Amino acid sequence: MAAPTMETSTATPTPTQTITIAKGLNMALRSAMERDPKVIMMGEDVGKLGGVFRVTDGLQKDFGENRVLDTPLAESGIIGTAIGLAMRGFRPVCEIQFDGFIFPGFDQIVSQLSKMHFRSQGKVKLPVVIRVPFGGGIGAVEHHSESPESLFAHVSGLKVVSCSNPVDAYWMLQQAIDSDDPVLFFEPKRRYWEKAELDPTAEPASLFTSKVQRPGAAATLVTYGPMVRTCLDAAKAAEEEGRDLEVIDLRSLSPLDLDPVFDSVRRTGRLVAVSESAPESSVTSEVATRVQQECFYSLEAPVLRVNGFDTPYPPSRLEDGFLPDLDRVLDAVDRSLAY
Amino acid sequence: MSAEHWTRPSRPEGQAQNGTAPGHPAATSAAPTREQVIAGLRATSEGGADLVQLLTPEGQRVSHPNFDIDITDEQLRGMYRDMVLVRRADREGNALQRQGQLGIWVPLLGQEAAQIGAGRAMRPQDMAFPSYREHGVAWCRGVDPTELLGIFRGTDHGSWDPNTTGMGLYTIVIGNQCLNAAGYAMGQRFEGRVGNAGGDAAENEATIAFFGDGATSQGDVHEGMVWGAVYDAPVVFFCQNNQWAISEPTERQTRVPLYERARGYGFPGIRVDGNDVLASLAVTQWALDECRHGNGPVLIEAFTYRMDAHTTSDDATRYRLDDDIEAWKLKDPIERLRVHLVREQLADQEFLDGVDAEADELAQRFRDFCINMPEPPPERMFSQVYAQESPVVAAQRDDYLQYLDGFADSVAGHNAEGSVR
Repeated sequence: MAAPTMETSTATPTPTQTITIAKGLNMALRSAMERDPKVIMMGEDVGKLGGVFRVTDGLQKDFGENRVLDTPLAESGIIGTAIGLAMRGFRPVCEIQFDGFIFPGFDQIVSQLSKMHFRSQGKVKLPVVIRVPFGGGIGAVEHHSESPESLFAHVSGLKVVSCSNPVDAYWMLQQAIDSDDPVLFFEPKRRYWEKAELDPTAEPASLFTSKVQRPGAAATLVTYGPMVRTCLDAAKAAEEEGRDLEVIDLRSLSPLDLDPVFDSVRRTGRLVAVSESAPESSVTSEVATRVQQECFYSLEAPVLRVNGFDTPYPPSRLEDGFLPDLDRVLDAVDRSLAY
Repeated sequence: MSAEHWTRPSRPEGQAQNGTAPGHPAATSAAPTREQVIAGLRATSEGGADLVQLLTPEGQRVSHPNFDIDITDEQLRGMYRDMVLVRRADREGNALQRQGQLGIWVPLLGQEAAQIGAGRAMRPQDMAFPSYREHGVAWCRGVDPTELLGIFRGTDHGSWDPNTTGMGLYTIVIGNQCLNAAGYAMGQRFEGRVGNAGGDAAENEATIAFFGDGATSQGDVHEGMVWGAVYDAPVVFFCQNNQWAISEPTERQTRVPLYERARGYGFPGIRVDGNDVLASLAVTQWALDECRHGNGPVLIEAFTYRMDAHTTSDDATRYRLDDDIEAWKLKDPIERLRVHLVREQLADQEFLDGVDAEADELAQRFRDFCINMPEPPPERMFSQVYAQESPVVAAQRDDYLQYLDGFADSVAGHNAEGSVR
């Protein structure tokens, strides 16, 4: 896919600046809404409050109540009406407040949103983006820390992406809004306030591609979303022990862009796949399957995985154990290198 | 016509929540008995005080203070023709399923008046969001009956274009379309297509969602009405209460007559005789006009009866009585209009015979089309999954087609389907 050309708008900062992921998303929404009057934002508390994470801060003030909709509290309603609006020619961006609240909208997503293009053989396009703050690590109560992305990656007709840093947040969300396909956009909520430099004049990477975030030769770590930071930290720690790890950010979970992963594994011979989600039948399962199909003769060790567990998300006092951390990642690297 | 007509007299003290139909003789105690509830739900054209009717089952024109309608003789004959042709295609669909030509058929029998009345009330720029039994609505939107066949033969999921016909594709998950319709109507409002120049302006639009009595139990229908109300969306919720959700009767869905639920959402609810095409047309026209004026939404409960099974896979004899069907046969929507046309000398035998002959031609064309439909090629599985092709799907398509090609030499003469085991 060719990267969409982002026209300069008043919202696009000309000088390089330091931004957070939350700010990058906010700037992306603003830019998309300025470029196209058909882009509308809808969700619970997204208007006056600016969203519970303030990602939509200030948008309703500037674009009005018909473009930034504070909706009734029902997720099927948000997604079901977004489908109708998209059929009318709008490009709705829905905010789901927390990952665990997406399930009341699951029916509309899998029954209608994902299938209408295929059902109509392209006559109906549904350019809907559903933003989902996801993952744990914030000490929250139940339903506020889940990683349901694999459920959606399994659904044909959807595209599923996850950003891991402010620069990707800024570009990927605009590209998702520009996409004529429905996109589930997973945001690493515990990383919302991490900062990076954004150069708005730099050419963005294509949306549905993975990216090598850190080159290395000893073993490959493949991950996405909140675990990219964890894996980069692990790679830094490993470097101090003389181990040179490569870190690949998948960015797109459906479709998966695994060619860079295959290239990497052919060089390193070792792969550790990392995510917060339950491991069984997950994105990391798919990565492991396809890497062993494509790179069987290059592998020096079995593909290993570091995930959450196949349990419901635990009470938050236990989440440090549930979530993969630097030590668990490095332990898997040790096991891989021991073969 | 004002929206005031739906405001009903306040109930006597102690009956505010009792859920029975107003004016029902048994509604005297605070808590209704189960029998009272069911009687309210089943209020028929004889017994339902709020039922809007313009044509009696005997074919007599009657007046209604709020829903009188001017209609030409030509329009009346046209709606008779609509109903006869749609019924004929529907019966042919049933027969084709029985002969193994269709995997399943969803019969419309008995609901022609509700659908033709509502469908003929729509303007070209309006949008319909159907369930899966809306063959009559499809007809009014210019979707040829043959275009329905692919869904039931298994060659496609609906071949017409919603953008050009103003008819959404059939929706099989119960109630989903009510939210999609509410969203579409929100878009009409956001685009300023309601309330222009007195509501009759050509640019004004409305949306109509079709669903059944069973769907009213679904969360999406509730949410659709919430969204429609809070965004003042120009959407008509058209419930065809055909009394049965497969084997579940209306009293398994609700304790109050369905049209009364609208009050809880803050918009008008009207019960119309769904076997009366004139009343269905008049009420739907009024409701769509309310929406075009910017006064939407409206809930219409078209009180009708599903004369056939739920689908050709259903056995309705296991759960309902022949007596009910016999009683409803007397309210047949086509027969009552035919009697009216003949009695008022609005149609002669030549006209009636002409419509029958046209129905014969349609049936033949419907049947021929069905039998001669081509099988979809295997690449159809992979076609248009995404607007921007997925490399994963593209690779699977290429692999599968190459795999099929591998059979070509060994089983020459067999088609692809026959050669794959």
